[in-house]
Amino acid sequence: MSKLILSVDDSPSIRQMVSFTLKNEGYQVIEAEDGRDALSKLGGSQVSLVITDLHMPNMDGIELIRNLRANPAYKFLPIVMLTTESNLDKKSQGKEAGATGWIVKPFKPEQLLAVVKRLLG
Amino acid sequence: MDAPKQVYREEAYELLADLEESLIELEQRPGERDLIDRVFRAMHTIKGSGAMFGFDDIAKFTHTVETVYDHIRAGRLTVTAELISLTLKSCDQIKAMLEASQGGQPVDEALTEEITAQLKVLLPGEQGQTGSTPQPSTSAPPEQELKDEPGEEATYRIRFRPHRNLFANGTNPVPLLDELRSLGKAHTLCHLKDLPDLETMDPESCYASWDIILTTSRDVNDIRDVFIFVEDVSDINVTKIDDGTDADREEYKKIGEILFDRGEISLSDLEAILGRQKRFGEMLVESGKACRSDVQSALLEQEHVRSVRRQRSQIPAGGTAPDAAASIRVASHKLDSLVNLVGELVTVQARLTQLAAYRGDTDLTLVAEEVERLSSELRDNAMGIRMLPIGTTFAKFKRLVRDLSAELGKEIEFTTEGEETELDKTVIEKLSDPLVHLIRNSIDHGVEDPQTRKASGKPSSGTIHLSAEHSGAYVLISVADDGAGLDAEAIRKKAVEKGLIAPDASLSESELFELILAPGFSTAETVTNVSGRGVGMDVVMSSIGSLGGTVDIRSEPGKGTTITLKLPLTLAIIDGLLVSVAEESFVIPLNAVLECIELTDEDRRHTHGRNIARVRGEIIPYIPLRDTFELGDDRPRTEQIVVTEIGERRIGFVVDKVVGQHQTVIKNMGKLLRHIEGVSGATIMGDGSLALILDIGKLMHQAEIGEQALKGAATV
Repeated sequence: MSKLILSVDDSPSIRQMVSFTLKNEGYQVIEAEDGRDALSKLGGSQVSLVITDLHMPNMDGIELIRNLRANPAYKFLPIVMLTTESNLDKKSQGKEAGATGWIVKPFKPEQLLAVVKRLLG
Repeated sequence: MDAPKQVYREEAYELLADLEESLIELEQRPGERDLIDRVFRAMHTIKGSGAMFGFDDIAKFTHTVETVYDHIRAGRLTVTAELISLTLKSCDQIKAMLEASQGGQPVDEALTEEITAQLKVLLPGEQGQTGSTPQPSTSAPPEQELKDEPGEEATYRIRFRPHRNLFANGTNPVPLLDELRSLGKAHTLCHLKDLPDLETMDPESCYASWDIILTTSRDVNDIRDVFIFVEDVSDINVTKIDDGTDADREEYKKIGEILFDRGEISLSDLEAILGRQKRFGEMLVESGKACRSDVQSALLEQEHVRSVRRQRSQIPAGGTAPDAAASIRVASHKLDSLVNLVGELVTVQARLTQLAAYRGDTDLTLVAEEVERLSSELRDNAMGIRMLPIGTTFAKFKRLVRDLSAELGKEIEFTTEGEETELDKTVIEKLSDPLVHLIRNSIDHGVEDPQTRKASGKPSSGTIHLSAEHSGAYVLISVADDGAGLDAEAIRKKAVEKGLIAPDASLSESELFELILAPGFSTAETVTNVSGRGVGMDVVMSSIGSLGGTVDIRSEPGKGTTITLKLPLTLAIIDGLLVSVAEESFVIPLNAVLECIELTDEDRRHTHGRNIARVRGEIIPYIPLRDTFELGDDRPRTEQIVVTEIGERRIGFVVDKVVGQHQTVIKNMGKLLRHIEGVSGATIMGDGSLALILDIGKLMHQAEIGEQALKGAATV
């Protein structure tokens, strides 16, 4: 059984890039366009990893991470946030909220895979 | 990785088409915000995704265009016809770059430069110094420039001490360790010394920490990079411990080896002396100055660096292979891991066999059978490698007998037999202490002094015979003396005196003999230097028990005593009888099982509810596992009694179902569950579920204690 990864980003191109890269490596991917969408799509599926952007409409990444950590089912779920180099403040907010790791945008497929591997093995 | 590139190209073409449209509209309505935003976003996406998909030229080029539109957005620049045509030219240039990446015509670099320069002229405050625009680092984060050229190999000690809250942010340390291992040659040791008992343990906390010794050509930053996500929730210490600079300082031989090489001492002398000497690490542990896993970790480091140095010193020697040797020395941990792997393989094979049976697919069954045959051969082979001749242990007893008999004024001849008998390495290691006790006991209590011997018509010199032999899946090791033998009555008297048995207890001779192994028992009239403090013999019983063996004592007054230890050949895999009680599986070591009989309600009525069964006239007490493990009251109408023999005694275990024979790979219960009695380990079943391996000796013991307590309560 390949592992299921949830990719959350309001930008379709990033989502597509993430999906493509991960599917190529044999992971299954579901996509969500913001935090709220992510929470609704999580219900019932066995997700092994969440990759989320921080700036999103409706519910942003920080809020999503807090929501996930508050739920016993996702307490130990690895969560990767996509940050920008310029925004260190957001990154530390994300860490505080309980993010497991981060990827600095823009990133290349190899970098994404390296991080996913580091967290999922 | 080409598919994402293709997606990017398609997306970029789409964006460019969109962009052209927006630009033409913008030319007509230069002030419209929406249009400006659209252009900016399109450029931003082309740039950002370009960097991600390896289109660095596009990212770099588009960056300038994006910057211009950022200024327009901010109101610092206005849209002009000139700008629009310049932007349209840029779009064409981006298209050219996309085409070039698909094997089209190469890009006109000069034009790229020209457009960039013209755009930069537009930027506010930058006129006249076009070439020196600072380039913000946008296209590529520094991690991309992976240093691929292999550096010098070096060895690092990495101490990874996660904080208790490691798991709170979703970190799993295992992939991190795997990643480290992928960097080079690594040895890992996990410390569990902080692990509390089950009752006080918080399962959401991390109690483990790791030491990793890694030899790699990557640099320290690559190692640190692995831990980048956990820096805040753990202490990480990376130290370089060997980098090849003092490589050729190889240690010289140990003094004992030199003496042996020169022929001053024999190999058995050397072994005997070494056997008496404790390892430095052991001494540290015993003194409490260091804990066992710290010492293990240090040993691991030593071993690792030595092997790295050895390899290095072998390379310049022209790569000449060592002489084809009849045997090679292998580090014992490698054997341990081999046996572990074989164990895992046997487990997987069992699952395969079960799956094949379940599917009823003949082809699959054929393969499963083949795998079964191969894995059982592999298992025997791997076990065989761990076998050592027991003779190495025998050697050191010669000295023991010599010294002790001189001290006690006895004449004793020590003979051995079966030194070549092979036994699992772990068993041999644990066997040494019990044998010392048995031999001491024979010297002190068994063999009489010369006068007494002469008086009873025996030669003045006594003998102690140590022998080992194979017997099926067991090895029998016996210590026999031709001394006075055990005095059953004296033992009984002593046992009553010490409160070990009731004065009116009726015990068979062998049961009486077994009492000398009980804690706190000693028949020696005087306490000597050597023995008689009542400690020692019970150590024999418990360490043999922990090896899954039994102790048998035979003695004839005046003729001597023979104590035989019956030990399993190996500890890692046993044949077990798989039974089930209320959906739970248990394994009873097959070697102890005599037979299985039915137990019906009617049988129970006959015995008036007492836990005894009549088997061919013999009365056998039984232990209902359902009660022992509190598995509910939902008994089937017909249960099974598995009759086992422990030493000379028989006892039954009542189970719901006897499933069948099961090759059991013994897994340790781990530190958390170490206090649980009556269970000696666990094993993984074919379907992935767990079965506990019963420690039937312990269970019997517990039941006896319970019984006595009951009786005690009844008489009061």
